[in-house]
Amino acid sequence: MNKIFEVPLYAYQRSPDQDATIAVRHKVIVIGAGPIGLATAIDLAQQGVEVVVLDDNDKVSFGSRAICFSQRTLDIADRLGASRPMVEKGVQWDTGKVFFNDRQVYEFNLQPDAGYANPAFINLQQYYFENALVDRVRELQADGAPIEIRGRNKVEAIGTHDTHVTLEVETPEGPYNVEAEWLIACDGASSPTRRMLGLDFEGRVFEDNFLIADVVMEADFPSERWFWFDPPFNRGQSALLHKQPDNVWRIDLQLGRDIDTDREKQPENVIPRLKAMLGEDVEFDLEWVSIYTFQCRRMERFRYDRVLFAGDSAHQVSPFGALGANAGMQDADNLCWKLKLVIDGKAPELLLDSYSRERVQAADENITKSSRSTDFITPKSEMSRLLRDAVLDLSEKHEFARPLVNSGRLSTPCTYERSSLSSADALNGPSITRPGSACPDAPLGDEFLLPKLAGKFTLLTIDADAPERIEEGGVEATRLALSVKDDLTLELKRRYLGDATSAVYLIRPDQHVAARRDSYEENTFRQAIRRATGKE
Amino acid sequence: MADLILTANLDDADDFYASLLAAYDGLDKPASDALNARLILILANHIGDADVLSEAVKTAAGYST
Repeated sequence: MNKIFEVPLYAYQRSPDQDATIAVRHKVIVIGAGPIGLATAIDLAQQGVEVVVLDDNDKVSFGSRAICFSQRTLDIADRLGASRPMVEKGVQWDTGKVFFNDRQVYEFNLQPDAGYANPAFINLQQYYFENALVDRVRELQADGAPIEIRGRNKVEAIGTHDTHVTLEVETPEGPYNVEAEWLIACDGASSPTRRMLGLDFEGRVFEDNFLIADVVMEADFPSERWFWFDPPFNRGQSALLHKQPDNVWRIDLQLGRDIDTDREKQPENVIPRLKAMLGEDVEFDLEWVSIYTFQCRRMERFRYDRVLFAGDSAHQVSPFGALGANAGMQDADNLCWKLKLVIDGKAPELLLDSYSRERVQAADENITKSSRSTDFITPKSEMSRLLRDAVLDLSEKHEFARPLVNSGRLSTPCTYERSSLSSADALNGPSITRPGSACPDAPLGDEFLLPKLAGKFTLLTIDADAPERIEEGGVEATRLALSVKDDLTLELKRRYLGDATSAVYLIRPDQHVAARRDSYEENTFRQAIRRATGKE
Repeated sequence: MADLILTANLDDADDFYASLLAAYDGLDKPASDALNARLILILANHIGDADVLSEAVKTAAGYST
């Protein structure tokens, strides 16, 4: 059995900072070496920004935790140079089955459209995801990139100042002080940073308890997502079965309210529940068990001067729909290019407020989705249960009821519709690529579009003219000249032109559309760059 | 955009009412409640139009007892 999460991956090592007489000041410190902290640090280091990651532990996450990673997350991981091992290891799936009571009511297919480099979703234990990121950190270090992870470095106190942040860090060899110009807190839902700074985290509390178990078994269940409402083996509650690599299966059982958590977590109580679900004669090992309740909440804003929050520290949702880690990856994606421009003096600090606004919008979307899923899965009133059961009954025979069935709405990238960074739409083009959207991938012969848009401002021209590069206020946009003929499958045309015959897109370093027009016009695009960098 | 119809619109009001009542014949309370719920969902899908549905919900909810 794989126990990657029991091996120290970034063991404690004494840092010269601990022997400095005056606290050393770093450009950026990231607190937390989870998926979001690691992704943030890699993104910054790839852009040459010096970054130190502090983590109170020295291993990847204990147990599988987040298991479902979206296409957008893999696209971001690709830009970070870490997606290949994830996709190779991950289990791809596209079929979901919904059961109600003792029968299957329907199945659905997330039929992945053709023409994307990455699959719609992969299932992968969080520890593998983190492991791939740690490997990438090591690779960057070997290339001399300014990135460091310090294990068993626990931040005990934070002081905020106009120009920097001071930290008091506890280690196995005692405490030391260190400073950073910018602090990014990726320290999870119970964020000690948030607590130390006395910041709020408001939202709705859900009282149902869920048992989450990862079991290792040789079973012939297919790579599908199975969701049960009110099954015979867990009456009045819900259940989920989902496959991960290494014959690990994620099982989620709703237990209801007012339970004895410690008692329910004991193997002698967990195993009979699992046997009732899987069958008495199925052999399995328990890899990880946890019981959780959840909340849907967020911080009022994600930037407090020189302290930025990303991932679960900033927002928390229910696990249905894989909205947590996937949203966190988009936080990192949104934040890092902005911070780089601010650090380089090429954009005003105000640009960082757009990080907060855009990702608050995304968090609110996810909280709405997640709250609605939860209300469907765990009805709060008699009427709510009645309607829910009616939807499920109808869904067996009538297609119309299936969109109402809500066992989790899967993560999709947020479109920053009303963002101050986006310019007005000036193309009669497809809605999926309107300003604010995350660029969808498209095939280009043997290659794909997204890797060509990574990490810089791009002027994407499709059958249109434009300068090879323009510079506006120190920010450079370089041209990527394409033609609809570059993609014989016509996905590029469908996704980026629609009824238009030509287009020019200004694309942000995080692959979101900042502006688009049918042809190049210098003032329009110069203004669009200024807007996209917080200067208008 | 269609408006919610709140004037007489049934082909035959008495026939409709009788057939609606008949659907609940012999059903206990839980079974009747389930039938109500299914009926609401089927009718709502048939209407489809979000504005009409929202007007209908508002109109129905306007009767606080």
